[in-house]
Amino acid sequence: MATMDELYQSVIIEHDRSPRNFRRLEAPTHQADGRNPLCGDEVHLELRVDEEGRIAEVGFQGRGCAVSKASASMMTTALGGRTLPEALELADRFQALLTGKREADASLGKLKVFQGLAAYPMRVKCATMPWHALREALRIEL
Amino acid sequence: MLRTTSRGKPIVYLDTAASAQKPQAVLDAMTRFYETSNANIHRGVYQASEQATLAYDGARETLASFLGGVAPEEIVFVRGTTEAINLVAQSFLRPTLRPDDWVLVTEMEHHANIVPWQLAGARTVPVPVTDGGELDLDAARRLLSEGPRLLAVVHASNTLGTINPIAELAAMARNAGVPVLVDGAQAVGHLAVDLTTLGADFYCFSGHKLFGPTGVGVLWGRRELLEAMPPWQGGGDMIDHVSFERTTFAPVPHKFEAGTPDIAGVIGLDAAVHWLGAQDRTAIAAHEETLWRAGRELLDAVGGVVRLAVPDRNVGILTFTVDGAHPHDVASLLDQDGICVRAGHHCTQPLHRRLGLPATVRASIAPYTALADLEALAAGLRRVRQVFA
Repeated sequence: MATMDELYQSVIIEHDRSPRNFRRLEAPTHQADGRNPLCGDEVHLELRVDEEGRIAEVGFQGRGCAVSKASASMMTTALGGRTLPEALELADRFQALLTGKREADASLGKLKVFQGLAAYPMRVKCATMPWHALREALRIEL
Repeated sequence: MLRTTSRGKPIVYLDTAASAQKPQAVLDAMTRFYETSNANIHRGVYQASEQATLAYDGARETLASFLGGVAPEEIVFVRGTTEAINLVAQSFLRPTLRPDDWVLVTEMEHHANIVPWQLAGARTVPVPVTDGGELDLDAARRLLSEGPRLLAVVHASNTLGTINPIAELAAMARNAGVPVLVDGAQAVGHLAVDLTTLGADFYCFSGHKLFGPTGVGVLWGRRELLEAMPPWQGGGDMIDHVSFERTTFAPVPHKFEAGTPDIAGVIGLDAAVHWLGAQDRTAIAAHEETLWRAGRELLDAVGGVVRLAVPDRNVGILTFTVDGAHPHDVASLLDQDGICVRAGHHCTQPLHRRLGLPATVRASIAPYTALADLEALAAGLRRVRQVFA
């Protein structure tokens, strides 16, 4: 079991410092705001879905702890090229991983580092918050 | 609890401002009640019910004397500070509320002293907090003259630790004809509170921050105010006479205590107050102040730890941020060392907005805190700095 320190040192700090796709999109087709009322963390998520129904671009902005920022950052890289049903399925698999309902497997790719967080239920919401925003965004087309 | 481990390390408990650990006497009193005299109160004529009733009513006298010798009938047992404020909002304020009525609060209030007034239909207007972490008393005086229905103010801030000059504020409010409710949740565990001289009209606190159990708290109100207020909840134990046509209510405080109360909780709170009464409170206050000052120096020596600006009179709260690290990450990494601190907005979002910070880390000091706990905190923070270096 990874300790919190290892989790931070392996990946979270790096994404916190240089988050991927930390920007606004020029022509988003979907967007949503995620919020954790308990701690005040916020994320604004934007997606552009192309004519074929695949996610072409993802961008996020916001403020929050390193866990939520790293999770959002890694989510944006994991979503590229996926169809909307595939993206939602990935969201479900990620949620199941963090709530201990599912073991990590290859389909989660780099996201499986977050498995260690399952031992810290108080922090799970930090990591799942951007994924909740994704679900919200995919419901609301601009 | 303080001899347990957390994440495999001896626990360093620095979150008493959220909930205090309980003396053995409190646990024993509650266990003894359940083991030897558990029964409902004010109902049975048999011995166990009689004992439970005597213990419950005795607690009211203990609390009345703890608060400076007020009348026991002015002590209403509730679930906690939050319920006490909601009771006053719904029963004192709401029945006489007019459109445009407003309640004067402060920028350092806990959400529990903001939202109940809004739910009752009133606007809330805050007294500003200065850059030094104190209430702006000139602004308070001016706002009091503008006709609020009530001043609702915290005795000691859960985020800053600031002890507000309640007697002075209450005197100002009295001159302006404004009643005063004081949220004493963070104060009663640290300061001797004498309600016969403080000048407040309502005072409330939770048992669990006063070394007692969760689920029980106290609302004190001036008898004439309580008597004029309609009951808030209906049920058993709060009535005088019930018929389908008309019901009359029991006298205070019983008309505010509908249903079977948390009897064991009240007995635990009684034990906590007795325990506190047997301590040398002056010595405890001196111990806490010494640790608070030592804690400030330890935090300042870490480097990259920024303490919130607060005045010198404090209930032993150290609130800070760490450069480059979000408070939740700080708290999670400290947790790896068994160190329990609070991270977040501490239910004071307006204050955090005023300070320009989304969240902070809070360590709070109690009678059982030792210098070693604060040294462990400083060492933990050095490690956090390394992880984020």
